[in-house]
Amino acid sequence: MSSSAEKLAPSTPVIHNAENPPIHLKVNQPIALMANNIHKTYRTGNVEVPVLRGVDVAIAEGEFVAIIGSSGSGKSTLLHLLGTLDHPDEGEIFIGQHCVNLMKSTARDRLRNQEIGLIFQFYHLLPELTALENVMIPQMISDGLFTYIKNRGRYKRRAKELLEKVGLGHRFQHRPNQMSGGEMQRTAIARALMARPSLLLADEPTGNLDRKNGDEVMKALMDLRNEEDLTIVMVTHDDSIATQADRTINLIEGKVA
Amino acid sequence: MYRFLLAWRYLRTRFIAVASIVSVTLGVATLIVVNAVMAGFVDQMHDRLHGILSDIEVASPGLGEIPEVNWHLNKIREIAGEDLEAVTAVVRVPALLQFNYGGRPMTHQVMLIGIDDQTFGTVTDFQPYLTNTLNQENPSFELRSEGYDPEIGDAGWEYRKKQALLDRNYQLQIQQLQEERRQQYPTPMNQVAVASDDEDSNSRTLPPLPDEVPLLPEEGIDESLPTSAGTASLQPTDPSTKHRPAVSAEDIFNPEFDQYAGIILGKGISHRMIPKSQHGPAHDLYLLRPGDDVHITLPTAGNNPSPIMENCTVVDFYSSNMHEYDSSFAFMPISHLQKIRGMIDPYRNTASASAIQIKLKPDADLNAMRDRLIAFFPADMPYVIQTWQDTQRPLLNAVNLELTILNILLFLIIGVAGFGILATFFMIVVEKTRDIGILKSLGATGRGVMTIFLGYGLSLGTVGTGVGILLGLIFVWNINEIADVIQKITGTEIYDPMIYFFDKIPTIVSPWMVCWVAIGAITIAVLASVLPAIRAARLHPVEALRYE
Repeated sequence: MSSSAEKLAPSTPVIHNAENPPIHLKVNQPIALMANNIHKTYRTGNVEVPVLRGVDVAIAEGEFVAIIGSSGSGKSTLLHLLGTLDHPDEGEIFIGQHCVNLMKSTARDRLRNQEIGLIFQFYHLLPELTALENVMIPQMISDGLFTYIKNRGRYKRRAKELLEKVGLGHRFQHRPNQMSGGEMQRTAIARALMARPSLLLADEPTGNLDRKNGDEVMKALMDLRNEEDLTIVMVTHDDSIATQADRTINLIEGKVA
Repeated sequence: MYRFLLAWRYLRTRFIAVASIVSVTLGVATLIVVNAVMAGFVDQMHDRLHGILSDIEVASPGLGEIPEVNWHLNKIREIAGEDLEAVTAVVRVPALLQFNYGGRPMTHQVMLIGIDDQTFGTVTDFQPYLTNTLNQENPSFELRSEGYDPEIGDAGWEYRKKQALLDRNYQLQIQQLQEERRQQYPTPMNQVAVASDDEDSNSRTLPPLPDEVPLLPEEGIDESLPTSAGTASLQPTDPSTKHRPAVSAEDIFNPEFDQYAGIILGKGISHRMIPKSQHGPAHDLYLLRPGDDVHITLPTAGNNPSPIMENCTVVDFYSSNMHEYDSSFAFMPISHLQKIRGMIDPYRNTASASAIQIKLKPDADLNAMRDRLIAFFPADMPYVIQTWQDTQRPLLNAVNLELTILNILLFLIIGVAGFGILATFFMIVVEKTRDIGILKSLGATGRGVMTIFLGYGLSLGTVGTGVGILLGLIFVWNINEIADVIQKITGTEIYDPMIYFFDKIPTIVSPWMVCWVAIGAITIAVLASVLPAIRAARLHPVEALRYE
């Protein structure tokens, strides 16, 4: 993972919106993620629904930022854009020193695979695979058959280690349908961290869990944050979670409030 | 790496897709069975045709003759050189064969073939098709006493003697009856004479015979010949008779001990197959048996052919199981046929023949040899020089065409199976939309997702084809047993050995054929999964993940 460390060497990206720089950035603090003037409009039939209307976000390395806002305020859309799953209609996104807009789709796929961990509300595990295999999937995607077979022992150790850290040491060989929601979400966390990304994007990770399970998931996430040096961006409804964050970004009708 | 894992997992967990490839399996199995059986039939047919037809034949067109056949034989030996295995001359002439069965005359049109019983068998498969076991080893046109198939029943010399005795007895009985009749009723002449006494003399009657008519002038003989022993009256009086050779009982043709020229008849001429019916099981009816006499009528050779009639004695049957040949071939000794047809030049003492049949060494090139022979015996002489394949070209071509069309049709079946895979895969892609979204969110490329589904199609195709090959081979290897079982269940005969040339359904599994079928079927399965795979590759991850 030395190459990814190089890619994320501290540097300050060019800020296009120079007249209105993000105020919270400390001078010379390395930027993990930055979005400038993001616009995104969805079309349903002939009706255009503007979701994001000029969002500026800058997140420093190691920060834990919660994005809050009411339903339909564009939280998830922003997260998808930051996670390079979608393209903004307007504006630029920087991850580390990469300008996502300028990247080819295969390079974006690679970036997503190596540098970004994604966690979803509905866990999104692959039902055909065991917990261990689900965790190892990012490495399976990044490696060819022979590289993977060569490195499999190392990956397996890492995956087991991660699963043990999220408290699922006894669940390696279980399929998603044999696990509870909390267990599935913790497996998803382990998967998101498998490739040692520097950036973790979470879309309401506790939204589908009860309080107890939600707390467990959050605890696992916080422990790992410290261990793995993560920058976390989390969309949430839950105020108690938002208070754990270093900072909250409040989205109202597609704009940062 | 994930592509292989997921394709494998999908294969293990999506049984609907496995069901969709059953059609591939069945298509592949059908292709293999059909090809194996067809190949078996074609191979057997080639064997028979080749065996009966000889490698190359140098013939005269139509019913013409090749003069000086010995010169030709030597020339062919010279041209063929090392490659020659054997060569023989034959005379072929259409003839009418006639015999009595149940008091009714039966007439058949036959192709009478004059063969040299020593060399003919070395050029074509002849002995194996003879029914007499002794003739199979050493063919002969002499009637034998043993070696005949016990199924025929009475056959050979014993049968012939019995028939001759019966015939003689019959003749004697008729004579006796006639004699009795003569004594019982006055002869017409006497009747007329009696009647003329009563009636008028205008009736058309001959005058009555005188009471005593001296048949021989006995006294005259006595006077003209010098009297010696009491045998004097038995001495011939005609002076020309002293040139007649002495005649003994052996010189007179006696069917009990003598036979005419031997003839070997095709089974289809002498047998009638009686199919299974309420009157009994299927069996052969023998219209003729070895030992019976037949009459043949055939044209003489040369200018102005005129019919000649000849008596022959059936000595054996020819059973190649090729109906066309069995129902028309009749074999005779070539020397006899040449003699009676006038094919021997009395001045130069050379014989002619209809054709010369050539057998080459197994690895010799037939077509090259044919061309060499054509160069020496040009067509305008005229000669017709053909390999056995040339002779049977229309049949072989027809069979090949049939096989090709059958293969195309069966591959269309697999094509239909391909569309089944296409539909199933589209369903699976829809079902797996969310998983595709997940994989993309984890950094999988569109190409990678596509290969999952292509690999899935490939593995389904491979599994379907593999099972199909296995099923097909098991079916082929047990085809006769399967035919028997089906026959038992349905009651109808699936494979009737009477119709075909073989007792068992012949099969040949060619590894190449299996390879091509496998490659074709797998290709179709992969092609069918291309469209769904492209669709999966183009799925937008956000859209796919929203799908819940």
